[in-house]
Amino acid sequence: MRDASTTAHAVHAAALHPGLGAPGTVHEIHEHHEIGFLRKYVFSTDHKVIGIQFMFTGLVFFLLGGLMAMAIRWQLAWPWTEMPVVGRVLFPNTGRVISPEFYTMLFTMHGTIMIFFVIIPLLTGAFGNFLIPLMIGAPDMAFPKLNMFGYWAMIPAILCVLMSFALEGGGPAAGWTAYPPLSTIEKAAPGSMHGQTFWLLALTFVGASSMMGAVNYVTTIVKMRAPGLTMMRLPLSIWGLFIAALLQLFALPVLTAASIMQVLDRVAHTGFFTPTNLLVNQMTPESAGAAAGGQPLLWQHLFWFYSHPAVYIMVVPAMGFASDILSTHARKPLFGYKPMVYSIMAIAGLGFIVWGHHMFMSGMNPALGMTFMVSTILIALPSCVKVFNWLATLWGSRIQLTSAMLNALAFVAMFIIGGLSGIWMASTPVDIYIHDTYIVVAHFHYVVFAGSVFAIFGAIYHWFPKMFGRQMNETLGRIHFVGSFIFTNCVFYMMHQIGIAGLMRRTADPYAYDVYAHLQPLNQFISISAFCLFAWQIFFVVNLFHSIFWGKRVGRNPWNACSIEWEAPSPPGHGNFDKKLTVHRGPYEYGTPEVAEDYLPQARSI
Amino acid sequence: MRILLTLLFLALLVLGVWTFMDAHNHAWWLPPNVSSYGGDIDRLFYLILWMVGFFFVLTEGLLVWCVFNFGRKRTTKADFTHGHHKLELVWTAVPGLLLLVITFTQMQTWAKVKFKSNFPDVKPTCEVWASQFDWRMRYPGEDGKFGTVDDIENPFEFVVPVNEPILFNLRSRDVIHSFFVPYLRLKQDAMPGMVIPVWFQVEKEGSYDLVCAELCGWGHYKMAGRLKVVSRAAYDAWLKKSKEEMNSNGSEDKS
Repeated sequence: MRDASTTAHAVHAAALHPGLGAPGTVHEIHEHHEIGFLRKYVFSTDHKVIGIQFMFTGLVFFLLGGLMAMAIRWQLAWPWTEMPVVGRVLFPNTGRVISPEFYTMLFTMHGTIMIFFVIIPLLTGAFGNFLIPLMIGAPDMAFPKLNMFGYWAMIPAILCVLMSFALEGGGPAAGWTAYPPLSTIEKAAPGSMHGQTFWLLALTFVGASSMMGAVNYVTTIVKMRAPGLTMMRLPLSIWGLFIAALLQLFALPVLTAASIMQVLDRVAHTGFFTPTNLLVNQMTPESAGAAAGGQPLLWQHLFWFYSHPAVYIMVVPAMGFASDILSTHARKPLFGYKPMVYSIMAIAGLGFIVWGHHMFMSGMNPALGMTFMVSTILIALPSCVKVFNWLATLWGSRIQLTSAMLNALAFVAMFIIGGLSGIWMASTPVDIYIHDTYIVVAHFHYVVFAGSVFAIFGAIYHWFPKMFGRQMNETLGRIHFVGSFIFTNCVFYMMHQIGIAGLMRRTADPYAYDVYAHLQPLNQFISISAFCLFAWQIFFVVNLFHSIFWGKRVGRNPWNACSIEWEAPSPPGHGNFDKKLTVHRGPYEYGTPEVAEDYLPQARSI
Repeated sequence: MRILLTLLFLALLVLGVWTFMDAHNHAWWLPPNVSSYGGDIDRLFYLILWMVGFFFVLTEGLLVWCVFNFGRKRTTKADFTHGHHKLELVWTAVPGLLLLVITFTQMQTWAKVKFKSNFPDVKPTCEVWASQFDWRMRYPGEDGKFGTVDDIENPFEFVVPVNEPILFNLRSRDVIHSFFVPYLRLKQDAMPGMVIPVWFQVEKEGSYDLVCAELCGWGHYKMAGRLKVVSRAAYDAWLKKSKEEMNSNGSEDKS
C-alpha cells in the first residue's frame, strides 16, 4: 500500500527538523533500510497512515453508533416489545426487552459515539490528516510524532467509553450533554456511578487527541504551504479544516476543564455543579459527602461553550469537501471563492457567541436569551451565502454524475433543510414550544447526518483513488447513494412532523400520553425506514473493501482535478511528492479558456 | 442517472412541501392552542414557516433545475466565472434583511411570556415541585405563604381557574426537569437551586397533558402530570374541599 522507500530516518528527520518540510522541499534522505510492519502501519508517523487509521476507527464506531440508533428506533416504534433475534442475547434479564434504564444509556452513547468517535474523527482525524499535507504540497505534518500520539490518545478514550457499559450501574445515562445534577450525583440515574466518570475521562482523552491534531493542522497550514500557495489559493477543504482546527483550539480547553470539574464533583466531592438541599433517591448529596452549593447552569454554559462550536467543527470541513467535490465534478470554478472563505470565518466567529440558544428554557435570564437569539439568527446568514454560492457554482456547469458528486449534491439539498429549520430554534418564542422536541432531533440530524455524513461519503468516493490507488465501484456507489438518500429523508423529514406535534426527545414510551398516542404509526414508519437505511449501508461496506483490494487501478489524477494532491502518485509514497511543486493559481480553474483541456492544475505553469 | 437524480431531488421538494400541507389531516401538527399567548407563538411559527418555505422551494427548485439542465452530456466547457459581486451583495443583503425582520418580530412575544417585568400582577397561585418522577403542586393555605403547615399538596394534578392569569413558582427537588404543556405552548426547565416564576392564562376549560421535557433519569418517559382547567366556582369549591380534607385529617390525628 505504501511506498517501500519509507525510511525510519526520514520520519525522525521530519519530526526533529520541521524545516525539512519547508515549502516545496522533497525528502532527499534515502537510507534504504525497511521499517517493520508495526512502525509502518500501526505506530506510524505518516499522516496518510494516521488518516486511514482514523477513517477505519471512525467507520467501525459508525457501525456501533448505528446499531444503537436501531435499538432506539425499535423501542420508539414498539415500546417494551421483545426484540427479535438479538433480544435473547442482549437483554436476557429483562425479558428480551429494552429496559428504560438501558434506553437512557442507548441514546446517551449513540450521541456520544456519533459526535466524538465518528463525525469529528472522520472529518478532522481522517480527512484532516490525509488531505492537509497533500493539498498544500507538504511532505508530512509539521509534527509527525504528535500526530501519531493524536491517534493513540483515541485508544484510552475508546477503552473508557466501551468499558463504562461493563461497570456497576452500567453505562452513562445522563444524555450526551451530561447535565448535572443528574450526572454528578451517584444513584441519581443508573449509570451515574463509575460509568459517568469513565465517560468524562473518555471525553478528556478525545479532547487531548483533537488538541494534538488541531495544533498540527494549524501549524502545518500556516508554515508548510508550497511556494506560491497563498492562503487565498487554498482549496475550501483546507479552509474548512483550518477553521475547524482553530475552533477546537479555542473551545476544547473549556470542555476539558468542565469535564475535569465534573470528575472532581463526582470523585473528590467538590461542589461546582451540585446545588444544596437536594433530595435524590431519599438521600441528600451532602450525606454522601458532596460539598454541594454548586450551580448546574455553570455546566451548561461551559459545556455549550465547547459543544456549540463543536457543531461547526462537525460541519465546516464537510462544507469544504462539498465545495471541492461540486466544483471538480461540475467542471466549473467555485462561485464566489472569497465570500465562501469569509462565510466560513463568519460561521466560526459567530459560533462562539451563540451557545446560549441551547439554554433558552434553562432558567437563564430571558434578557440574555434575547441577545443569544440575535446572534443565532445572524449565523443563518453565512450559511445562506454558502448555499447560494453552491447553487451558482452548479449554474451553467457541466455536472458529472459520479458517486462523489451525487453525495455532494445531496449534502447541499439536505443541508438546506437543516439550516432552514434552525431558524425556528433560534427564535426564542417558537423555541418555547419546540425546545427539546423531535424538531430539534430532525434539525441536527439533517445537519450532521444528512449533511456531514453525506459529505464524508462524497469525500471517501472522491479521495479514495488517492488513498489506495484504486477507484471505488461507481455502480455500487450509485445504488448506495439512491437508497441512502431516500431512506434518510423518510427517517429525518418525518421527525419534523412528530416534533411539531410536540413529542419530546429522550422519551422511552410516549404513547401513554393522550397528546402523543396517535404518533405511534408514524414512528413505526420512521423506524422501518431507519432499519432500511442501516441495512442499505451494506452496499458501501462491500464497495469499500472490494475496491481496496480489487478496485480499478487509476493514475494520479482520475478526476482531472486542479488541486495539488492530484500531482502526487496514487497512493503517495512517504514524503508525498516526487517532484518540486510551485503553485501558480487558485484551486478551481475548471473550464478555463487558457488551455485546451477543461482544467488547469494549480501547479502547472503555462 | 440524470433523470433519476432530478426526480429524487424533485421528490424531496414536492413531498417535503406536501408533507407539511397534509400534516393537519393526520394530526402530525401543532395541537390546538388553549393559552392566551399561544396564538402569538403559533403566528411566529407560521411566519418563519412561510419564509423558510419560500427559500426551501427556491433553493431546492434551483438545485433540481441545475441537475436536470446542467447534468446533460455536454461537449463544450462549462461557463468560466469566478463569481459576481452584485449577486453576492443581493443574496447577502436580502436574506440578511429578512433575518432581521424575523429577529425583531420575535422579541415582543418572548418578553411577554418570559420577562418578569411583564408578568401579571397577581400572587403566585401555586408552587410546582418536580422530582424523579412526579409532579407535586403546593397551594398556600390560609396564611397565603408557601412552606407552612397549612399548605395543600396535590400530586399529579395542577388545578387552575380558567381565563385568569396564573403565576406559579417552578422548583425542583432533585435533578433538572422541564414543565411542558404542549396545548399551552409553554415550557420552562425546573432548575434545582432556583425558584423560577412562570405565568400563563388558559382560555378553555379542560384537562391537558403535562409532560417532563428534560431528561431526568430512567423514568423520564413516565413523569406525567395533568393541568386541569376549571371554572372559578369549581376551582374555589375544589380548594375549599381540599382544605377541609386536610383539616379533617389533622383533627382525626388529634383524636
